[in-house]
Amino acid sequence: MIDVENLSVSFGQGTARTQVVKSVSFSVRKGETLGIVGESGCGKSTVLRSLAGLDRHWEGSIRLGGEPVDPDRRREQLLLAQMVFQDPYGSIHPRHRIQRVLAEPIRAMDKGPGWDRVGPALRQVGLPETFADRFPHQLSGGQRQRVAIARALMLEPEILLLDEPTSALDVSVQAEVLNLLCDLRDERNLTYVLVSHDLSVIAHMCDRVLVMQRGTFVDELTKDDLQRGITHHAYSQMLFEEAVNGLRTVNEVAPVLN
Amino acid sequence: MPVDHPILEIRDLSVRFGRAKIPAVNGVSLTVGAERVGIVGESGSGKSTLGRAVMRLLPPAARIEAAAMDFEGAPLLTRSEKAMRGLRGNRMALIMQDPRYSLNPVLTVGKQVAEAATLHQKISRKQATALAADMLGRVRIADVERTMALYPHQISGGMGQRVMIAMMLLSKPRLVIADEPTSALDVSVRGDVLRLLDELVRENASALLLISHDIRMVASFCERVLVMYQGRVVETLTRLEEAKHPYTRGLIAAMPDPKHPVSRLPVLDRRAINEAGAAP
Ligand SMILES: Nc1ncnc2c1ncn2[C@@H]1O[C@H](COP(=O)(O)OP(=O)(O)OP(=O)(O)O)[C@@H](O)[C@H]1O
Ligand SMILES: Nc1ncnc2c1ncn2[C@@H]1O[C@H](COP(=O)(O)OP(=O)(O)OP(=O)(O)O)[C@@H](O)[C@H]1O
Ligand SMILES: [Mg+2]
Ligand SMILES: [Mg+2]
Repeated sequence: MIDVENLSVSFGQGTARTQVVKSVSFSVRKGETLGIVGESGCGKSTVLRSLAGLDRHWEGSIRLGGEPVDPDRRREQLLLAQMVFQDPYGSIHPRHRIQRVLAEPIRAMDKGPGWDRVGPALRQVGLPETFADRFPHQLSGGQRQRVAIARALMLEPEILLLDEPTSALDVSVQAEVLNLLCDLRDERNLTYVLVSHDLSVIAHMCDRVLVMQRGTFVDELTKDDLQRGITHHAYSQMLFEEAVNGLRTVNEVAPVLN
Repeated sequence: MPVDHPILEIRDLSVRFGRAKIPAVNGVSLTVGAERVGIVGESGSGKSTLGRAVMRLLPPAARIEAAAMDFEGAPLLTRSEKAMRGLRGNRMALIMQDPRYSLNPVLTVGKQVAEAATLHQKISRKQATALAADMLGRVRIADVERTMALYPHQISGGMGQRVMIAMMLLSKPRLVIADEPTSALDVSVRGDVLRLLDELVRENASALLLISHDIRMVASFCERVLVMYQGRVVETLTRLEEAKHPYTRGLIAAMPDPKHPVSRLPVLDRRAINEAGAAP
């Protein structure tokens, strides 16, 4: 469903130019969920933005659904993949009411006015329909993130690119959203690329995980590897050990009082 | 819990937005001294609203009522906007939930962090820049010099959170309200950042209100944890094992465990919770 070859992304000009994504290649089968993990700033969101067609200055080749896409995409190609951004304000216009935020993609793709789909879309992510009248700043952080997820689902894309989709949610709401994503994937055979720093979320959702460090992939783990704690590279080993010991580390900082 | 010289004292605070029937914050009382207090709670339970109420940063549509809301012994609610502006970012600081959108979009990261360094000390621009660079390194920004020249939209999510924290560490406030300050950070960077926050609190005898949805992290980092549900504080814990309220217990149960995968994650039984009530 997704085939990426030698994808590179650089920012800046002249001597300030830095290569953030360094010639990465990977594929995702239809119906598969691929996870990407790695240290903050290593280039995860940049990879997703290139896949979604939001960054236009990438080099290399990207094929979606078997067809190569250009940095400037046609409308049908944009329809294929939708992205949920790390900060909800990345996909939500701050001065539009929620109903407009949700109906906008439908109208932009000439699929009708979209108003009738707003209510069900909100209910799907556990929000009351009355939120349609609100502005984004009148919602809590987690409520905004769920609107962003609802928005990405509006066009029923075959590919969902999820950038830390549940990092603003408490585990109870997170469980509801992850269950929803699993149901949709099973019903419609959707393909996901999921970026998260939460390895328990990754292990729950993904068939396969790529470990990224400073712009390249250094390791690939299967679901089985994840459950048995197997890694093939020093960096991923460190990452996973830290996740397991994470609580101990925090405890050292602040020995619980009693 | 008695606190000798409270830094923040709130009694019976309620916040209502417009014509909303249910208040977003409902009768919350809280006394904080030089300590770390965690706040967890369901999405929409009023955590950020509580933090913004203390900072007096709520929109005009919000109606705030409180029997008392004092910072260092003096009431906050009656202060002028000008007096509040003098306090914010200085004596009291709020790290907001969307860091990249709370930074000034037209100033480089370096300038903004350096400005925080000048709040308490008369130093030259060059010295301020050096302090800023040092602090960004301590929060584990990899490429400090390059990052300082970038604008907020050019940094990653986790970098944004660390920039906010670096600014706060430099301005050394007496009260820090950190709203999901580490949600985009992996465990190792998060550990370092928490350690720095802890140093700040101890060195300056500051108070830290740490808002997070990560109940395990908060429980191990803070002296006590307030659990909010539908605008109310439903329980206060010093250890997770003490949790009694069905919401808190549901939270602990809903955490996915990488070693024991399940095909569906357990979700909250909201009816049972509502029967237990939002009363403390
Ligand atoms: N528009 C831009 N101009 C310059 N540098 C940029 C720009 N966008 C991203 N970068 C740089 O690219 C690097 C990777 O950023 P990216 O957002 O992909 O990281 P990430 O892996 O998603 O990190 P996080 O986990 O913190 O979100 C960072 O060093 C960032 O500063
Ligand atoms: N300006 C506003 N106008 C109307 N309602 C608002 C406004 N701001 C917040 N609310 C509502 O108040 C409630 C509490 O919001 P708050 O942002 O405090 O939640 P939170 O506990 O921080 O949640 P999260 O974990 O999702 O960030 C929510 O239901 C929200 O929709
Ligand atoms: Mg990112
Ligand atoms: Mg919040």
